Amino acid sequence: MRTPAQGAPDLAPPPSLEVRGGRKNFGAVHALRGVDLVARAGEVTALVGDNGAGKSTLIKCIAGIYPFDAGEVFFQGEPAHISDPAKASDMGIEVVYQDLALCDNLDIVHNMFLGRELKKGIRLDEAKMETRAAEVLASLSVRTVRSIRQHVASLSGGQRQTVAIARAVLWNSKVVILDEPTAALGVAQTEQVLQLVRRLADAGLAVVLVSHNMNDVFEVADVINVLYLGQTAAQVRTAESSRAEVIELITSGSSSNAPAVPVAAASAPVADAPTTDANGSTLA
Amino acid sequence: MSTPTLSSSDKPAQSLSHLAGNVEQPTFSEAVQGYISKVRGGDMGSLPAIAALAVLGLVFFALRPEKFITNVNVANLFQQGAVVMLMAMGLVFVLLLGEIDLSAGFTSGVCGTVLALTLTRYGWPWYLAVIAALVTGAVIGIMLGLLVAKVGIPSFVATLAAFLAFQGVVLLMIGNGGNISITDKVILSLENNNVPPLLGWVLAVVGVGAYAFSGLWNWSQRRKRGLLAQPIQLVVLKIVVLAIVVFVAVYELNMERGPRPDLKSIKGVPIVVPFIIVIALLLGFVLTRTAFGRHIYAVGGNAEATRRAGIRVSWVRISCFMICSTMAATAGIFAVSRANSVDPNQGGSNVLLYAVGAAVIGGTSLFGGKGRIIDAIIGGLVIAVIDNGMGLLGYSAGIKYVVTGIVLAAAAAVDALSRRRARATGRG
Repeated sequence: MRTPAQGAPDLAPPPSLEVRGGRKNFGAVHALRGVDLVARAGEVTALVGDNGAGKSTLIKCIAGIYPFDAGEVFFQGEPAHISDPAKASDMGIEVVYQDLALCDNLDIVHNMFLGRELKKGIRLDEAKMETRAAEVLASLSVRTVRSIRQHVASLSGGQRQTVAIARAVLWNSKVVILDEPTAALGVAQTEQVLQLVRRLADAGLAVVLVSHNMNDVFEVADVINVLYLGQTAAQVRTAESSRAEVIELITSGSSSNAPAVPVAAASAPVADAPTTDANGSTLA
Repeated sequence: MSTPTLSSSDKPAQSLSHLAGNVEQPTFSEAVQGYISKVRGGDMGSLPAIAALAVLGLVFFALRPEKFITNVNVANLFQQGAVVMLMAMGLVFVLLLGEIDLSAGFTSGVCGTVLALTLTRYGWPWYLAVIAALVTGAVIGIMLGLLVAKVGIPSFVATLAAFLAFQGVVLLMIGNGGNISITDKVILSLENNNVPPLLGWVLAVVGVGAYAFSGLWNWSQRRKRGLLAQPIQLVVLKIVVLAIVVFVAVYELNMERGPRPDLKSIKGVPIVVPFIIVIALLLGFVLTRTAFGRHIYAVGGNAEATRRAGIRVSWVRISCFMICSTMAATAGIFAVSRANSVDPNQGGSNVLLYAVGAAVIGGTSLFGGKGRIIDAIIGGLVIAVIDNGMGLLGYSAGIKYVVTGIVLAAAAAVDALSRRRARATGRG
């Protein structure tokens, strides 16, 4: 139904992640009925949709928690089969879940390296992990964490979100999927996390941001992908669409203003103007 | 505290990052204040247990100065406490997961019986008998772990079933009213003999020296890399305190304490002491310095997060149950050595409850995710002191149980309350 990307001569690098016609059934329930998603390096792709539209299912399929029943996935232009979560992490796809998979009784360094500890023989290489963790946090311009050896339980919601995101980017990931990262945060912390999301994209990662919040979406996203009842309604560039239009897509699945643009075409990168907010904003 | 200002000259030449490179090393008083605020925030560690130990020690000393703090009695404390401490060390692993092993007492009974039977009935040499006992413990642990982690039975129920079953197994192996005496010298020496005084000194000096070296080496390495390190005064203070405690203890225990020195000289550190220290160091290393140990804490903190991090949670669970039961077997071997025999009540009565109590009194949380090996030793000492001190004061067993029960309830209350406090102050 939609034009495949290789149909047109394409000078831009292939998208970091592309899903074409993704389908997923749970018994008689058709959770995904044809999803198209393109996420490019250096861009924040927002994934929006009403409750039950299939956002969570889609990211779980991408993360390998349960594979697609049908459809194609391309990772950096190559066909990919993501059979389990380990495969997804190996490829460089990291998911930051809504309920922050962190251990309260461990410190920041331990959480960031959980399951992938650096070792010297059989001993943990604490010094190296601490140094690496500090580097990653610094590269994300996170400065106000008092000590990276403090327990995660003592962090604020925004700081916890930051640790979860830093954990995801620690491993040279190419695609980072954030599931409602600001859902539980206050105004100031939401702002800090959104700035962090922007910096991830500016650092060259493909960021997929699942969100319910139109303010957040219009603030950071370059591209908005709208799901409606398990199908992709449209993928539009933020700069070329309005809030009313996106809300109409979310609620009715189509828009009177915007014609249904093929996803691949709509997501073609425009001349990139690097954002200038890469300065050190702080986390409270 | 760690504002990004460049400070002091001991920074690494290549500043690693804003966080790591600009750490302002805390001063001694800051470190002390930090500790105080940590305790106030609900993270008390072994502090209540050490306080209890000091109070109990003072009370018993005040009431029975001629008996309580004598080298005879101090040696007794360790020999009495050894079984409980060893079992408690294993239980720390299971408690860290937020699970419990109610069968550890009778597991030690089964393993002690295996030791006794292989020694006497089959005439195996002591080392094979010890291996047989330990392997029995490991197999029991794997079984319990499978029931909990794979079948999904709550550990309380799974190990309660094992508690009943193993009680029967001991009875079946020994026979009703039976009793197997042990004569093997090596096994008997575990709980009854002492380290020769000179060797005691050598071990003490080597031990303290190794602690000092590793403490200072660690400190210098962290400073060199620009990582947050404890102030040097604190490091040195810890070494000095440890040295004083160890050297005074060795000096005292090396004094003659036999009732008839002309007939039989009794002096030296009880053999159980270096045994417990070595096992504690080994298990402590596993818990704090290896990835496996880290995963145990992670499972106790948030099992789902641990699973999503790609860690095989059920494998971690099974391993912990295996370690716990193997430690119960070790405790069983020492119990056999202490009693010189096994009977059908081996590992029964209050052994398990004392061991769980020791871990909890020492500061290991029943809610999982928090605890250390040293907790088992400190808590075990508290229980041994109550048992021993009240015995010296001539109280009946009934009163001893009541007091021990109250101390355990108090420890569990401290655990629950400090947890609530930790939530309120955001320290977890």
